[in-house]
Order: sequence, then C-alpha cells, then structure tokens
Amino acid sequence: MWSRQRGRLKPLCCGVEELRCRRREREAALRKARREQQLVSKRLLRDEALEEAEEGCVAVIFGEAEIQQFLRLAQRGTEEKEREGALVSLRRGLQHPETQQTFIRLEGSIRTLVGLLTSNQALLQLEAARCLHELSHSEQSAVVEACLPATSYLLTYLSGHSSDFIELCLYTLGNLIVESEAVRRQLLPQGIVPALAACIQSPHLTVLEALGYALSQLLQAKEAPEKIIPSASTDSSVLGSTLPQHMLQLLQPGPKLNLGVAVEFAWCLHYIICSQVNNALLITQGALSTLGLLLLDLAGAVQRTEDAGLELLACPVLRCLSNLLTEAAAEAVGGQLQLRDERVVAALFILLQFLLQKQPSLLPEGLWLLNNLTANSPSFCTSLLSLDLIEPLLHLLSVSNVVLTVLCNVAEKGPAYCQRLWPGPLLSSLLDTLAFSDTEVVGQSLELLQLLFLYQPGAAQAFLQQSGLQALQRHEEVAQLQDRVHALQQTALHG
Amino acid sequence: MQLPPALHARLAGAPGPAEPLPVERDPAARTAPFRFAPRPVRFPREHDFFEEGDVQRHLYLQDVLTQVGGAPERPRVPEFTCQVAGCCQVFDALEDYEHHYHTLHRNVCSFCKRAFPSGHLLDTHILEWHDSLFQILAERQDMYQCLVEGCTEKFRTSRDRKEHLVMRHLYPADFRFDKPRKSRGPVMPGAAEQVLAEAPGDDGVPSEGDAMEVCSEHVEPPPAPTGERRAYSHREMNSCPSAALAQLPRIWPERYHLPSVLVKVPHEDLKGPRREISTSNGGSSAALWRCCWAFPPRRGGPRTLARAALHVAGL
Repeated sequence: MWSRQRGRLKPLCCGVEELRCRRREREAALRKARREQQLVSKRLLRDEALEEAEEGCVAVIFGEAEIQQFLRLAQRGTEEKEREGALVSLRRGLQHPETQQTFIRLEGSIRTLVGLLTSNQALLQLEAARCLHELSHSEQSAVVEACLPATSYLLTYLSGHSSDFIELCLYTLGNLIVESEAVRRQLLPQGIVPALAACIQSPHLTVLEALGYALSQLLQAKEAPEKIIPSASTDSSVLGSTLPQHMLQLLQPGPKLNLGVAVEFAWCLHYIICSQVNNALLITQGALSTLGLLLLDLAGAVQRTEDAGLELLACPVLRCLSNLLTEAAAEAVGGQLQLRDERVVAALFILLQFLLQKQPSLLPEGLWLLNNLTANSPSFCTSLLSLDLIEPLLHLLSVSNVVLTVLCNVAEKGPAYCQRLWPGPLLSSLLDTLAFSDTEVVGQSLELLQLLFLYQPGAAQAFLQQSGLQALQRHEEVAQLQDRVHALQQTALHG
Repeated sequence: MQLPPALHARLAGAPGPAEPLPVERDPAARTAPFRFAPRPVRFPREHDFFEEGDVQRHLYLQDVLTQVGGAPERPRVPEFTCQVAGCCQVFDALEDYEHHYHTLHRNVCSFCKRAFPSGHLLDTHILEWHDSLFQILAERQDMYQCLVEGCTEKFRTSRDRKEHLVMRHLYPADFRFDKPRKSRGPVMPGAAEQVLAEAPGDDGVPSEGDAMEVCSEHVEPPPAPTGERRAYSHREMNSCPSAALAQLPRIWPERYHLPSVLVKVPHEDLKGPRREISTSNGGSSAALWRCCWAFPPRRGGPRTLARAALHVAGL
C-alpha cells in the first residue's frame, strides 16, 4: 500500500509495552501541542535498506576537526569513492543533535555543503541532500534555519527529473516549511508554490506523496488563510495555481489511486477548505463529486481489506465533505457537481462501522457529516429510512448526541418521516437518554420527543405507557430544560 | 453495530438520489420553548473538534503508527555501466543510476556540454548563450526571463535579472545557475568558458562542471547539422500533430528496466523530431525566430521526450 517504508523509529531493544508507552507519550505531547496551537511534525526519510547496508547505528559524535576533515575530503578528495564515503560518514554523524550543532557553527560548513549539493557529481549531490535532510529534521531552530541558503536550489531541483532526489528535496522542504514563519517568508517569494504546481505533474508516486507532505505543511501554517491560500495573494497563491485541480485529480478513485498519495492531498484539501477562503471555487472544480466518489471507494476498501491506515484517509475526506456541504455553492451548483447520491449514505455507515472497530475517536467526525448531509435534504433523510439505518444509528447514541440531532433532522420534515421512525427501538432509546444527566443530551431528546408527539399519532400514548412521565420528572427543576419538560408533559397528558 | 445486509448491495448499486418522502412541516414544531432547527455545521481550522484526527495525523507523520503493506525491495542489480558513450560510471543500484543520468546526461546543452538541473534552465541557457538572434533582440527589448517558475518578469540585462532574483525572490547573489556570459556573441560549441562558476566554498578547486565536460567530450560528435539536441517537452508535443506523437520512440528509462532499454536506444534518438524548428546550423534562422514567438522561453521550450512518451502511453 505505501510505496516504501519510511524511517521508522527503530526500537533497538524494547518490547511491545515500551512501544505502547512511547506511543502514549507521543500522543499526549501532540494533544498538548495542539491545544497550544503548536502542532508541528516533521518527516524523516531514512532509507532503511541503506541503513542496513551501513551496518549498525551511529554511536559517535563528531567534533569540529572531524567534520572539517569530512568536508575537505568530500570537496577535494581525489577518489570519487573517497569523497562519497566522507559525505556518508558526515551524514551519519549528522543524525546526532550535538554533531548538528557543531556543524552549523563551523564556518563555511553550510556553504560547502551547498556547493556539494549543486555540484555535477550525482552521488555527491544525493549525499549532500541527505545531510541537509537530517539537518532539516532537527528540533533546534538554529539548525533548521541554517539550511536556508540551500532553499533556492532545492526549489530549482524540483523541476528536475531524478525522482529519488526530488523526493528528498521535497521532504526537506516540507520540514523547513513547518519550522517557522521566517522560513516561509523566504520560501514563498522564492516561488515554492509555482514550483510545487509544476512538480505535481510528475508520474512518480513517491514524488507525489512527498509533494503532498510538503504542501500540507505549507497549508497548515498559521498565516496560510491570509497569505498562502487566497487567489488574491501576489506570487504564491495556492488557489490561484493549478494545484487544486491536480489534487482533485489525484484523489479520483480508480486503479491508479495510491493511498499514501491520497492521504497527503486529502489533508491538503482539508486545510484549504477549513480555512474557508474560497470553497465555492473548489466546488465548481468538482470537489464535492470527487470526494463523494472517494468516500464510496473508501467504503468499498474497508470491506475488502483489514489494512490499518484507511482511517488516515477517511478522516480528512469526512471533514472536507462536511465543511463543503455548508457552503451555499453546494446547493447552488447543479448537476454532476452536487452531492446527491444515495450511495454516500450507505458508504458513510459502512465507514462508521469501520471506525467503531478501528478508531472510535473519529466517530464524531463521521456523525458530523451525517448531520450535514441530512440537515436540509429530504432525499438523504429518506435514504436513512429506506435503507433501514435508524437502528444502527441508535447504536451510536452513546458516542455522540449528534445522533439525536440527525434523528431530529429526519423527524422535523413531517409526518411522512415520523411515520417511518415509528414504532421501533426509538422510544426505548429515548427513554434511556432521558435518564442521562447531560443537559445537552436530554435537551435534544426533548426536541425529538416534541416532533414525534406532533407528527406521529400514538407516540405520546406509547410514551406514557412506558413510564415516560417519570422519566421527564427528574428534569423538572433543571433551568434549561424546565419549559420544554412542562410543555411535553402537557402534550402527553392532554394531546 | 449491525448493518442491514442490503446496504452493501446499495453501495455497489446505481448512483442517484433517493426519491424524497413528502415534506410537511407544522408551524407548531418550532414554537417556543422548542427551538430545534436543522442546520449544517462548519468547523474552522483551529477548532477543538479536530483535535483527535489531527493527533492521529501527526502520529502518522512521525511514523509512530505502524504502516501496513510490504515495501518493495531496493533492487540490487549486477554492476552495469552508464550507457551514454564515453561515460564510465558504474552502478549497482538503479536509483543511483537514475540520478546520475538525470544530473549529467539529461539536460545537456549540445553546444557547450554543460548539464542543467532542469529543462527550463537548459532552455534559458541555450537561448541566452547560443542564440545570436536573442542577442539582437535583447538590444531592443527585455529578453532576460526571470528564472523562477511562475514569474513572468523580463529584463534588459542579465544583471537586472539577477537583481530581481535577489531582491524580489530572495535568491542568493551567487546563485549557481545564473552566471552571466562573459563574452559577447553566442558561445561557440566546445568553448571552455567557465559558466558554472566554482561552487561556493570550492576555493579554487576545479568545479564539478569540468569533470562533467571531460567526460562528455568523448561522447557526442560535434553538434550535428540538425542543430540543437534537446529533449522535448510534453507540452510542446501537444502542439504538434498527433502523428508525430505516435512515432516517438519510448526512451524513458523506466524504473527497473533501465539498463536494457537504454542499451537499445542510441544516444542520437534524444534529439527527436522538432517539427517547427529545424535549423541547419546552431545559430539563428527564420525558423528559430518563429520559435521565439511561438514558444516563449519561459513556457515552451523542450522538456523530455520521455514525458511525451509517457503521455502517449497514457500515464
């Protein structure tokens, strides 16, 4: 599925428990970072095969003298193998933060490295690029920003042809982009957006995945909604470029759809869409229909395979669709570009089932889409009923009260709809939710009850028979609920 | 969560919306104290609702999540030599060879043998260095195109362009792929003039450009009368009659088929048919003049035959 294994954290001698522990720590750190709006992650591309061939990990930290020697050898060695070897050693050393620090402080070191990067010796170029990549991955800003002199070359090389090299440049750029606004303030005038727009036409999947990564980093930037996305921006505008069209093309389901690539570009689209700059434009370019088809494809995929990782694509697709559906253009645009296909509802439920097993924390996102689909659409509400999805939906009541909202979406459309909601497990589910203490949940349940009482004869009666009044009683004193509780009690008793 | 069995069938079934049930709202529905109204919800970028999915995304980026799917092995092949005549590099991995080929043999100026990282830069170089018509036109109008893709600015002199690159695009002043020509008039083939100046930090050591030149001196015969040997642009091919497309040999060194394909195709094929402009010498001609206007250097210009071949192949 993924074209190549990326640099995994190599747990040299830890067991499963330690892995889990490490993961929990990372997760906690990420949550904290997100709450502080400091969510920054970089990708490290280390060729596993290369690592194995080089036998063993780096234990040595290099000092100034050693670094200087490597650089000198790389630059002026007589034997080609010797020069390459020197750079390889340097690159391995640069995996260490200390060596990185020493390197950047050494006068002329970056200059030399850039010189090697731009030399005509292909393998030296590659190794120099790998050195830069290691530096770009550092957590120290000073180290990362030391790479800035190389950026114009990295961008130039994007229009080259060597796919491995381009891939490396892209991951390096992606790491640099995410480092700081200062870095982006250099990259944008240097033409990173047009360079990416040209590069996205590459046929190589590895290049495309790397490009998607770099672009997603760019779009995730804080200033992206003002400075990077809008088409009115001067030199670097994502919406003004051909990038959106190409992205949508790469997301089209079919035999050529590559999961790794699709994940990156789906996230790119998400960042663009949730910035709410010009979603109407994306809709006219077919975003709704493409993403709808992709959703169908995903639902098919989750049925066929046990692959972990489909949720990585499902998440941004769900988000994009949900947000796009709130645009006026979603209704206004006609024909093929609109999202009206009933299969989308079927697909969504298949995905909900999948998420329930694989990643329950993402269920609210799926339900969010369901709400947006059903809110103003009698057709989708009808689908929910005719496809027999009410009972599965009720199963998710404990996950989120959006389930109740969706049921209200259906019920508020009138008697024809309420009729199909009745009888069935709905009543007992509602009686259950009335037992909750969460005011939001109860409030929503009361709204639903009111609609049922209004549109479905016999509902009130059945409610009474099932000790509904007692269920209501416990909320009589709650401020937000009082009025509605009393109104319902009246209706139930007196019709 | 049990899904009705018919659901999977529906997914595989025909596209189309459901015929909606009739909508009939009672105004009593939304009267106080009840207030439910259906509405689509949107979440902006930084909303907490996205926290969970964002964290999962970043775990993936940091590679903590396990990735499924076997990685294809990095193919090791028996040692082979670069097939370009005169080049003696030996390889045992196809990726290394690919990079070597693209760096040294792909975008090579047939006049002065210099290699460029992209077709775009090669085009610009040929135009500014080897085209006497360019020189003539440049005396009267702004011909020096900005090197940044997407920027349409043109300048009177290469120095003005450099200044633009530095001030506007924050390029380094010693950008390696923008060295001005030293003499006037087009550079004749074989000139040993140092264009790709020493890389910063070289300290007087002969630049890598020399190494490349030495290698390819044995390679190509002096520029053939049929003029520039360039690779062709997929975009350019689109403007040619489709018959031309069908004739293109497939020379794209496809991954993992590299050595054998390249052996079959002699180097000469790289030049390919350039319909509109068949110059009989390396310099100016009416045809080349047409070239300047039909294919402004920034946009048009040759890219690889390979791209075109891929295009033909429907990739």
